[in-house]
Amino acid sequence: MFKEEQHFEIDPRYKQAAREAWIGIIVFFLNIAWWFAFAYGLGMRPPEEYSYVLGFPAWFFWSVIGSFVIFSIVIYLVVTLLYKDMPLD
Amino acid sequence: MILFFMFAFLAVMFFIGLWSARLTQRAEGGFLEEYFLGGRGMGGFILAMTLTTTYISAGSFLAGPGVAYSMGLGWVLLAMTQLSVGYLVLAVLGKRFAIVGRKINAVTVVDFLQQRYRSKAVVILASLGIIAFFTAAVSVQFIGGARLFESVTGYSYRLALLIFAGVVVLYVTLGGFRAVVFTDTVQGVVMFCGTAMLLVAVFLHGGGVHNVMLKLKEIDPSLITPFGPDRFITIPWIMSFWVLVGFGVIGLPQVAVRGMAYKNTKAMHQAMVIGTIFTGFLMLGMHLIGAVGQALLPDIEAADTVIPELTKLTMAPWLAGIFLSAPLAAIMSTISSQLLVLSSAITKDLYLNYINPEADENFIRRLGMIVTGISGIVVFVLALDPPDFLVWLNLFALAGMETTFLWPTLLGLYWRRANAPGAIASIIVGVSTYIAFNSYWPRPFGTHTIIVPLVLALLAFVVASYLTPPPAPETIRRFWGK
Repeated sequence: MFKEEQHFEIDPRYKQAAREAWIGIIVFFLNIAWWFAFAYGLGMRPPEEYSYVLGFPAWFFWSVIGSFVIFSIVIYLVVTLLYKDMPLD
Repeated sequence: MILFFMFAFLAVMFFIGLWSARLTQRAEGGFLEEYFLGGRGMGGFILAMTLTTTYISAGSFLAGPGVAYSMGLGWVLLAMTQLSVGYLVLAVLGKRFAIVGRKINAVTVVDFLQQRYRSKAVVILASLGIIAFFTAAVSVQFIGGARLFESVTGYSYRLALLIFAGVVVLYVTLGGFRAVVFTDTVQGVVMFCGTAMLLVAVFLHGGGVHNVMLKLKEIDPSLITPFGPDRFITIPWIMSFWVLVGFGVIGLPQVAVRGMAYKNTKAMHQAMVIGTIFTGFLMLGMHLIGAVGQALLPDIEAADTVIPELTKLTMAPWLAGIFLSAPLAAIMSTISSQLLVLSSAITKDLYLNYINPEADENFIRRLGMIVTGISGIVVFVLALDPPDFLVWLNLFALAGMETTFLWPTLLGLYWRRANAPGAIASIIVGVSTYIAFNSYWPRPFGTHTIIVPLVLALLAFVVASYLTPPPAPETIRRFWGK
C-alpha cells in the first residue's frame, strides 16, 4: 500500500479492537436475521391462523420480545468471553 | 400533586447541574476537556445511560407510540430495530475511537475530523451541519417538552417553555458535560421505571395480554400483523430502519462523542450490556403501550397524546405525576447533549480553530459557558414562535446528521486511504441527494429515503479519495502508530 508503513509500527491494540468491531457487526446481522425470520416466518399467514404465546401473537413474541431477551444475553456473553480489557492511554 | 412532582423533578435536575459545575471547576484537566467531555471519566452505568437517553427522545415517548397506536404491533416490530443502538455504536467505534481520541487529544467529533483530514472545508461543513441540524432538532424537542408541560400544568405555552427550557439551558450551561451525563442518568432511571409502571397498568386495565390482543384483532385484524393497516409497513421499508435508527446512529456526533468519553474498557463492556437491555426495554415497552392504547381508548383524536391519555386513564393521579416526568426526562436528556455539541461546534471547532487559536484558558472558560447559554436562548426564541423553515429543517435533522458524519467518522477511523476530498465529497453528495430524493422520490425501490443517499455518499467518498493523493504520512502515523 504505502511506503510510510514500513517506517512505523502499528499500535498493537488495534488488532484486538478491530476484531471486536467485527464481532459487533456480526451480532448486528444475527440480530436482523433472528428478528426477520420470526416476524415474517410466523407473521405472514392471515391473522385468523395465528398461534399465541403468553397471550401475544407467536411472531411478535419470538421476534420482538425474543430478540430483546436473546440479544441482551448474547451481548453479555460477547463482552465477557470475546472482548478484552486494554489500557486506553 | 402532579405539579409538585414536576417541579421537584426540575429542581433535582437543576441541583445536579450546580453540583457538576463545582466538580468541573475543581477538576485539574484543561477546561475544554472537562466542560465538553467530563475529563473522559465515565463509568459503565453512566455511559450506558447517557448514550441511550441522548438518542431516545420525544420520538420514542410521544410520537412513536402515537404511530404505534394507529399501526399496531407492526410498529413495535419496527421500533425494535433500535435495539442495536444499545451495543452497535460502542462495538463499532469501539476502543479504537477511545484510543485515537486520547492520542490526538480530541474533545469533539469535529475535532477528530479536523486532525484526521487537516482540511478547513471539512471542519466548516461539519460545523455548519451541526449548527443547522441541531438548532432545528433542539427547538423541536423544546416545543415537544413545552407542549407536554403545558398540558400537564395548565400553564400557557410561553410560560411552560420558559420554565422547561430555562432549567435545561441553565444546567447545561453551568455544568457542561458532567451535568448532562449525570442528569441523563437520573432521567434514564425515571424513564425506565415509568415505562415499567405504565406497561403493567395498561395490561391490567385491559384484562390481560391475550384479551387486549383479541380486542385489537376485533378492531382491525391487521393491527396484530407485522404489516399494519393497508400493508403500510412493507419489508424493504422496515429493513431500512436498521440503517436509519440502527447502523446510522454511529454517525450522530452527540452519540459518537460518548465513544471517547469513558474511563476504561471495563466501563465500555458494562455499558454495552446495560445499554442493550435499557434500549430494548424502553423501545418495546413504550411502543407496545402505544399499540395497546388502541384497544383501551379507541377514539383518541391526536395519536401523539396516547401516552398522556393512557396515563390518566390507568393510573392514580399522584402516580401519573411521576410517570409524566418520564417523557419530559426523555426530552431533556436529548436536548442537553445536543445543546452541548452545538456549543462545542461554535466554541471549539470554529472559534478556537480558526478565529483565535491563542485564546487563554480563562477566556475559553467564559466563552464556553457564554456560547452554551446564548445557543440555548436562541433556540428558546425560535421555539417561542417556530418559523416554517425550522419544521422543514427538522425533517432532515436525523438523516442530515447521519449523511454528514457517518462516513467521515467511520472511514477516517478505519480506512487509511480516506482523505479530505473524499470526506467533502461524501458530505456534499450525501446531504444534497437526501434532500433531492426526499422531494422527488421518497421511497426509491420501496426503501426509506436514507438508504440510497448513504450508499451514494459512500461511493463518492471512495471515488474522490482514490482520485486524489493519500493523506500525509505524518497524519497516518499519528493515528495508527504506537
